[in-house]
Amino acid sequence: MTPGSSSRERRPDGAALVIAVILAGLAAIIFWQTSQMRVPPIQARVGPTVFPYVIATGLALLAVGTAISALRNGFPARSKDDYGPIAWIIGGLVAQILLLSTAGFSIATGVLFAFTAKAFGRGPLWQTIPIGVVFCFVVWFLFAKGLQLSLPAGPLERLLTTGSF
Amino acid sequence: MDTWGLLAQGLIAALQVHNLIYALIGVTLGTAVGVLPGIGPALTVALLLPVTYKLDPAGSLIMFAGIYYGGMYGGSTTSILLNTPGESASIVTALEGNKMARKGRGGPALATAAIGSFVAGLIATLGLAFVAPTVVKFALSFGPADYFALMVLAFITVSAAFGDSALRGLTALFIGLGLGLIGIDLQTGQTRLAFGVMDLLDGIEVTTMAVALFAIGETLKTASDRDQVNAEVIAVKGSVWMTIEDWKRSWAAWLRGTFIGFPIGAMPAGGADVASFLSYSAEKSFTKKPEEFGNGAIEGVAGPEAANNASAAGTLVPLLTLGLPTTATAAIMLAGFQQFGLQPGPLLFTNNASLVWALIASLLVANFMLLVLNLPLIGLWVKLLTIPKPWLYAGILTFATLGTLGANGAMSMGVGPVRISFELVLLLAFGVLGYLLRRFGYPIAPVVVGLILGPMAEQQLRRALAISQGDLNILVSSPIAIALYVVAFIALALPLYLRLRGKGAMLGQLATDED
Repeated sequence: MTPGSSSRERRPDGAALVIAVILAGLAAIIFWQTSQMRVPPIQARVGPTVFPYVIATGLALLAVGTAISALRNGFPARSKDDYGPIAWIIGGLVAQILLLSTAGFSIATGVLFAFTAKAFGRGPLWQTIPIGVVFCFVVWFLFAKGLQLSLPAGPLERLLTTGSF
Repeated sequence: MDTWGLLAQGLIAALQVHNLIYALIGVTLGTAVGVLPGIGPALTVALLLPVTYKLDPAGSLIMFAGIYYGGMYGGSTTSILLNTPGESASIVTALEGNKMARKGRGGPALATAAIGSFVAGLIATLGLAFVAPTVVKFALSFGPADYFALMVLAFITVSAAFGDSALRGLTALFIGLGLGLIGIDLQTGQTRLAFGVMDLLDGIEVTTMAVALFAIGETLKTASDRDQVNAEVIAVKGSVWMTIEDWKRSWAAWLRGTFIGFPIGAMPAGGADVASFLSYSAEKSFTKKPEEFGNGAIEGVAGPEAANNASAAGTLVPLLTLGLPTTATAAIMLAGFQQFGLQPGPLLFTNNASLVWALIASLLVANFMLLVLNLPLIGLWVKLLTIPKPWLYAGILTFATLGTLGANGAMSMGVGPVRISFELVLLLAFGVLGYLLRRFGYPIAPVVVGLILGPMAEQQLRRALAISQGDLNILVSSPIAIALYVVAFIALALPLYLRLRGKGAMLGQLATDED
């Protein structure tokens, strides 16, 4: 959002046009799904379809507004974003989601921890992953044992709390 | 029983030892998390909600009250010692507070913020106690059509009235409303927009959404932005005590801030950031030393901080009496209530009177605790501010996913042989949405408010139309509803007019971003 970081060109804002298309798509999906609902006649007038139609209409109008704004360059100037760190963080979240049920909370979240630190320039991973796993185990212990929150346990948690896998 | 009697009863409940401990844990956690740069009050409340899951409703709400006030305090410390753009409610505090800190007057700046917050919190919480019963009496006469009009007004003020673009505010709101449609329709049992996914039948959790938009979205945005300045923490040098002159210049500012902040919070007229901004302009025009403004004027810290806290208490008026959240923070608190099967609104005051008054009383208790805690512990909070970014954001994501798993950690989806948590997939998806919203200048709060308030508005609309057998005239047949629509129209049209006249920049400053 830093002003002047991109030159003010007089051509349509492509990304904003994509947003307009997405909004129109959302409106279309809500229209289509709502029209597929079978509503008993007794509910027809004030039933479960009224509000979805209102919202879909609103989204469609906003899509038009967004398209107009995109053509007029109505969006604030954008800073040039770096996609490398984003990939690290999303990768960390995906890794955590996939590891969680087999490796347990500490290892899975430890990987997320290390990948996030990497996104902010702290590495190397062979150092940060162990740090993350230890940190997450402490957190797991406090919340799962102290506050009885149900957090997935894996081999590491079982080994350290019961002494066996 | 009169208000004093009810409040006294609430205080007796709040002063029980275990409740005092809950309040103490709440304010400490709230301040500690609120101090962390990049974490505003809304995220503080959302992240700490899981801590309260296993407590009884009263204990949990009392801890919650502490977290809420603590988060507000924590934010002001951050903005004085660290000039972070982005924490909108405290952004005005940063204008003068950071200048004071740079001149070695960080101590008095923190002191006037803390004492001002205390004064405002005290007066505004008492205001809440005395205004609430009146609003409840009034609200009991509201019909479904009036409630619907009220919610339309809240939609407009949270999305379109402030911020730099009504178009983007309304778009954010409608994204929230659209997501709110997902799940089983409560009145007919029909499934809407679930696409056959079992986990979507209960709808989308407000807390998952809030944590994703605020924590994941903010982390992605901060990580990707090369221009993010590495803000430096300013050490607190010298005495934290205020001089006689500081006191003389602060006290009137505290009171003015309180009386600006409380009504703005209590009416659905925008969040704490609007209040602190108006208070700042008021102080600028009242001051005897205008030349100091912009260079560290203590009034510029005292007023906005008081306004900020007073409006935080004011927000609880519509939340508790009408069940109407007007900020993202309030929306998350509403979700917290709902998790205990409590529906805020006029009936809460009659059915759960002891609980409500214990909550209001513990706000007073939390306020005292913060005053006692905050100044002596300032060294500890400063240490929290110096956590390096890689560890800070790694920790934020750890706790964001932990909270989501703790609330709904069922491994209900499968990718091949691996079982995965659907809730975490949603967290990731909405996190990316949060990043995109930030990147393209969309406000976040309307999405959260739309998600929780949309289904409630629909319920009231359908109730009204069922009573009138489909006649739309019922929506504008009561004077209350008509008045609310007129205000909503002004809230929509006036900013448009101001923007056309080239005064949009000022509205942009008032953007309700964080809470």
